Amino acid sequence: MLAVVGLLVFGLASKGSSRIALGESASVAPLPRLEGGGTGSLADYRGKWVLVNFWASWCLPCRDEAPALEEFQGRHGGESFTVLGIDTQDLSSDGREFVARYGLSYPQLHDGDGDAADEYGTTGVPESYLVDPRGKVRLIAVGPVSDEYLRDEVVPLLPDAKS
Amino acid sequence: MRARLAIAALTALVVLALPAGMIGATLQTSLNEIEREVMCPVCGTLLELAESPQAQREKAFIKRLAASGASKEQIKDALVAEYGEEVLALPEGDGFTLSAYVVPIVAFLLAAIALALGVRKWRQASRSPERSEPAAGPSDEDSKRLDEDLARYDL
Repeated sequence: MLAVVGLLVFGLASKGSSRIALGESASVAPLPRLEGGGTGSLADYRGKWVLVNFWASWCLPCRDEAPALEEFQGRHGGESFTVLGIDTQDLSSDGREFVARYGLSYPQLHDGDGDAADEYGTTGVPESYLVDPRGKVRLIAVGPVSDEYLRDEVVPLLPDAKS
Repeated sequence: MRARLAIAALTALVVLALPAGMIGATLQTSLNEIEREVMCPVCGTLLELAESPQAQREKAFIKRLAASGASKEQIKDALVAEYGEEVLALPEGDGFTLSAYVVPIVAFLLAAIALALGVRKWRQASRSPERSEPAAGPSDEDSKRLDEDLARYDL
């Protein structure tokens, strides 16, 4: 009986995850790259501002925000900033097709089992987390980001950013 | 002659069509089986019960693999490679997931042993001498009162 109760508690504890809070360190666990093989991690971009964007090819709002993210990357991506896409709970082939269809040029990782999304405590897709150069979460966007949101909320935090 | 040719052609068609139909039915059975044994990771339900966009993609993925000749195990392996072990509705029998199979068996065995011991103890208790002795008769006082009552009612 104790073993059964223990298993239930373990199951509930391992499933339940709360959203990462502002100021907390973002996960740097390595994930497979969506394209090109190998693994990548948020740690690869230490020293940069990173907009971590969780998305999936089956998610309709993700399609809406993809052009805005690509345009933002084109305008601000470089030495001090990048968007980092994390394709979560999605087939990698579908994810690659999505990247090609929307011409996304920023780096992409694959979180097939959703563990990375769980570590951030996401409740769905899309969600975006702006992480500062020290790895701390500075901004959280639940739902699709728009040009206006990126301009009004993200740009003011980026050093040397031209809006 | 024409009739014979027509019959021969018809027979050939039936012979060719039958295995194709059987193969189709087998493939469908296999797809249904797989959908009963894997999860829709986003919905948290069996894939066969899920209709979400992610589930539709997963079903299409399974169908593509099955059509390309992949076996049930190969398809499940491919799903695990994409979504991780959690995609399996029935956990693999290794590591921590082994407990999903072992714990119920151990619990059942413990319950059976406890029941057997309980029954044995109960049977021993029911055979014990103090229980098998006949009940003691009425006391002298009770016998006297009984006699008086019988005499009073002339019974």
